[in-house]
Amino acid sequence: MSDDLYREQILEHYKNPHHFGELPDADITQEGDNPLCGDVITLYLKLDDGKLGEVSFRGRGCAISQASASMLTDMIVGRPVAELKSFPTKDLLEELGIQISPARMKCATLSVNTLRVALNGDNHEED
Amino acid sequence: MIEARAINATEVRADFPILGRTINGKPLVYLDSAATSQKPAVVIDIMDDYYRRYNANPHRGVYTISEEATAAYESARQRVATFINAASVKEVIFTRNTTEAINLVRYTWGRVNIRSGDRILLTEMEHHSNLVPWQLLAREVGATLEFLRIDDQGLLQLDELEARLSGVRLLAITHQSNTLGTINPIKAITAAAHRAGALVLIDGAQAVPHMPVDMKDLDVDFYAFSGHKMCGPTGIGVLWARRALLEAMPPFLAGGDMIKRVKLHEASWNDLPWKFEAGTPSVAEGIGLGAAVDYLTNLGMDQVRTHERTLVDYALEKLQDIPGIVIYGPRDPEIHGGAISFTIPDIHPHDLATLVDRDAIAVRAGHHCTQPLMDRLGVPATTRASFYIYNQPGEVDQLVIGIQKAQKVFA
Repeated sequence: MSDDLYREQILEHYKNPHHFGELPDADITQEGDNPLCGDVITLYLKLDDGKLGEVSFRGRGCAISQASASMLTDMIVGRPVAELKSFPTKDLLEELGIQISPARMKCATLSVNTLRVALNGDNHEED
Repeated sequence: MIEARAINATEVRADFPILGRTINGKPLVYLDSAATSQKPAVVIDIMDDYYRRYNANPHRGVYTISEEATAAYESARQRVATFINAASVKEVIFTRNTTEAINLVRYTWGRVNIRSGDRILLTEMEHHSNLVPWQLLAREVGATLEFLRIDDQGLLQLDELEARLSGVRLLAITHQSNTLGTINPIKAITAAAHRAGALVLIDGAQAVPHMPVDMKDLDVDFYAFSGHKMCGPTGIGVLWARRALLEAMPPFLAGGDMIKRVKLHEASWNDLPWKFEAGTPSVAEGIGLGAAVDYLTNLGMDQVRTHERTLVDYALEKLQDIPGIVIYGPRDPEIHGGAISFTIPDIHPHDLATLVDRDAIAVRAGHHCTQPLMDRLGVPATTRASFYIYNQPGEVDQLVIGIQKAQKVFA
């Protein structure tokens, strides 16, 4: 893992997030926040025949939280919902590819926590 | 009396072992004393000495080391009383911290004296510890909370004070904002509150460590502060209150030490201050706080305040040259204590704090336990640099360089 928390890819996702914006006619809209830092995101999910047809998010917060949400949307779009219900946090952390200190872990995992709440009603991680 | 001399931060730094530490090969630049101060060797050593030589449960033991522990603990209380110019040592209640001191008032005086329909007046700049206890009390007894507003410089809108005090039972207010740095004019506010028949509780967590604070002069009713922000250890804080109020209040926590006589179905209470101190106290921490008070007294609290005012003046000037920076709180260093909050465009405070940490600069990022104030300022978080006796202008320069480096990363 790279030691560079603000490596180019993270900053690129932060400045130009993928799938950013509201999804009108989303099947599931889920807000998530991290009161400690004031990071907030809203995930919009549109289901299509058992798969995640479309996804988008809106949010504001630190670079880590927003870049992680952007990366997550790339990772989950088109995948079976049944699989996403237990989407492992570690997959997102690997994609981020940086050392996350305990203090910043909540920023890095806000998006995936919000995804699990959106699909399960709570944030139970099955793995 | 010898005229106390100005603080020499280089000399002061030598008293603080942690300031010799390097992080990533760079000397620690500690700019988070509003959260907790560092500790001088005299405080660390005196606590170590207690555990090595006379650790014993105080107040009841008749053997030598218990009597030594009692004497040291109670002597610390006396020094705290002198430090804040309390009328009596009986008015100095040791608590765990400011939060516990405020909750003590909520559970004892508050439950008896605040009734349905009463009003409690707070401000928009309160720390959660001087807000949430009153939310809970208000809900419990059916009282209402009201809030003095702040202006765009982070000053209380005191022209509204007299009108807002009507029917208020308690005014609970911070002496110095931990987020904005604003020093509130407590004496004038208290006089107005008393004219309106309200009692006054002050959250002094950010004031007692940084300026002379005099209970007789301020004339407030309750005053709370923490040891760990004033060179002392964690786990020890103080509630000062008027003796007549303390005498009339029911006890807080119940158990050993706070009682006089116990029967199976009833008990009577110990004298002040022990009536409010149930259980084995934080002996080492109390002794440590006594040493911290001695340390600060030797430096001189006027000199501590002067040192910080100079640093704030310098920091406000240097920081405002950073492109796009927004600085919150008063521009006038006379009413701006040693904490400065700011935001930098397009860099979240957490990212900024993480980036400057690489140069061993410790600043705080977040809501600083003042979420309603963040809402008022319209930001999710700020970065806060806060100063104490060991900080130097060169550290402000390092912070400015750190911010500039972060701006390059996010450019």
